Amino acid sequence: MSKNLFLGDEAIAQGALDAGLSGVYAYPGTPSTEITEFIQHSKESVANKVHSEWATNEKTAMEAAVGMSYAGKRALVCMKHVGLNVAADPFMNVAITGANGGIVVVVADDPSMHSSQDEQDSRFFGKFAYIPIFEPSNQQEAYDMTYAAFDFSEKYHTPVMLRVTTRLAHSRAGVERKTIKPQNEMHLDANPKQFILLPILAKQYYEQLLAKQPQLEKESENSLFNTFIDGKDKSMGIITSGIGYNYLMENYIEMPCPYPVLKICQYPLPIEKITHLIDTCDSVLVLEEGYPLIEEQLRGLLNRTGKIKGRLDGTVNRTGELNPNIVGKALGIPQIEGAAIPEIVAPRPPALCTGCPHIDTYNALNEAMLPYGKGKVFSDIGCYTLGALPPYNAIYSALDMGASITMAKGAADAGLLPAVAVIGDSTFTHSGMTSLLDAVYEHTPITVIILDNSTTGMTGGQDSHAFGKIESICLGLGVEKEHVRIIKPLKNRHDENLQIMKEELEYQGVSVIIPTRECIQTLSRRVKANKK
Amino acid sequence: MKIDIILAGVGGQGILSIASIIGYAAVKKGLYMKQAEVHGMSQRGGDVQSHFRLAAYPIASDLIPKGKADLIISVEPMESLRYLPWLSQTGMVITNNQPFINITNYPSEEVLAAELEKLSGKVVINADQIAKDLGSARSANMVILGAASPFIDMDFAAIENAVEEVFARKGEEIVNVNLACLRAGREFALKAGK
Repeated sequence: MSKNLFLGDEAIAQGALDAGLSGVYAYPGTPSTEITEFIQHSKESVANKVHSEWATNEKTAMEAAVGMSYAGKRALVCMKHVGLNVAADPFMNVAITGANGGIVVVVADDPSMHSSQDEQDSRFFGKFAYIPIFEPSNQQEAYDMTYAAFDFSEKYHTPVMLRVTTRLAHSRAGVERKTIKPQNEMHLDANPKQFILLPILAKQYYEQLLAKQPQLEKESENSLFNTFIDGKDKSMGIITSGIGYNYLMENYIEMPCPYPVLKICQYPLPIEKITHLIDTCDSVLVLEEGYPLIEEQLRGLLNRTGKIKGRLDGTVNRTGELNPNIVGKALGIPQIEGAAIPEIVAPRPPALCTGCPHIDTYNALNEAMLPYGKGKVFSDIGCYTLGALPPYNAIYSALDMGASITMAKGAADAGLLPAVAVIGDSTFTHSGMTSLLDAVYEHTPITVIILDNSTTGMTGGQDSHAFGKIESICLGLGVEKEHVRIIKPLKNRHDENLQIMKEELEYQGVSVIIPTRECIQTLSRRVKANKK
Repeated sequence: MKIDIILAGVGGQGILSIASIIGYAAVKKGLYMKQAEVHGMSQRGGDVQSHFRLAAYPIASDLIPKGKADLIISVEPMESLRYLPWLSQTGMVITNNQPFINITNYPSEEVLAAELEKLSGKVVINADQIAKDLGSARSANMVILGAASPFIDMDFAAIENAVEEVFARKGEEIVNVNLACLRAGREFALKAGK
């Protein structure tokens, strides 16, 4: 069969489609975005009416997927690691109800924080929920594991987590497809109360979830995704997880790896296989992409064996993603390097695009805030977070989706005035609306600037659920009409916009200013498309 | 056969279309390939790079180890230098000499030229001018690819064919101008190498 050149994300998408997917639910987030985009653009998925519209946030995505599973069909949920925090409530609880139609939760972690505010390791969440985790090491496995995960989910009536990291999500390689399965027929669970988590029922289901664990462990023990490759040199054994395996093998291109290697790609951990490795080797090196999840468990609080090496004892960098050189160093293989980077090479940090509407908003805001001093503008997650960098230096916080408004509120409660929030349109509908309601309810003196560029810009310009609705949402939440101000962020409107900002900063209640102008990227793409 | 390439540039300069053309040619030849890309926040005017690996055998890592890259192909001169730690001792740098200046502390023309001069194996080319002269300023990346082509272990016809296929849906005119840029880049590199 001919190979398709797929990003890891695209391999996941195709694997899900070929496994008989009925719907994908997701909110854009690097490095997971391309999974849903691939399904949106796939001719097969359009022909088979696979649901693929974006969700408002990861929580609504997860819940809709559970609904599809309830109806007996196969659902995929995709998000970046921090998105799982947002979806944590339904995620933890669907582990208790279990799945009817297969549910696969794809979480794309971002170690080294290429495009994220932390590098949390989602495997902890999977373990926390007592659900199986698949962690592919390459694009073919990403396809194969997604394909297999739906059957696995239905076999054990449990959601399955598929965990990938940036390098796999955004790297291309050839992938072979399997036979295409039809979608499930709609069917309800045999137990009509399976999805009711009243305490009296939830207690039973939690016991059932725990009772599944030995079976899941046995599956991991026998899984073809968890392979043991013996080696003669027992002075060290190696455990890899996910793409850690690739970096290990990159160091043994010219000679075979002399050490026994246990490649783990399916969890819960295969305890017998691990026991064998530890019992037969003098020491064990753990190479995992992310937090030391396997290493911590093997080492234990007391580190009695003293045998385990990895991120905790400094053999491997404590933070950040792995690469062939870090792994080579941990193996004691001398690493060569090319020439040093010449001193003249200057850093080139990401910046707001030329013509970006946020630039005009920040220029006006900076001037309006001059009399009040620094430290009073709270921001959020999006392109406009780049307002933290020169030449703007306009914002003082970026915590999580929606936090700008509620942080401004808390700061205002503490007496820090005027408190300003800067949030994008898509981020506002993702998680800012409830924050605004808190402020309206208490009539807290804050000024909220909702940057409406009509898109989810940072992740590449996906449709925003906020489109055309920001003003009416604010009014509906109870912001007074005369304090909802729509402005056009343009250089020639600077004075006018500055005046409006000054007025609203003075107002001792909730004001919302909505700078409205299309993202320069989506605008230029649209103009180009119209020309054709 | 194996070839490891670092593609370098600034977000939006089109390094991924260079990758997709070599990739297309490679897959058609049944070679193994891995290509790690940068998406997301760093694309906004920041430095971007792609690790592009081709081999006759399965490739382990998506990332090229330091000191192992055979080529750095860069559409921007300062960016070509950022990845020197990845370049092998026998590696080549193929770079545009036209700077993309979006930072205030960009090095001066003389200093930058002097650093490029220090490189042992290199092709430094004014790809912008060549592309402009051929009628498509936006095709500078194809000039760069052409200049790199003598150092990629693949027959040139396969790369030409890939350009035709990848640009086919944009029409014959676009295909032809991109082919002209590709050939001009190659010619420059072959002459410079003599």
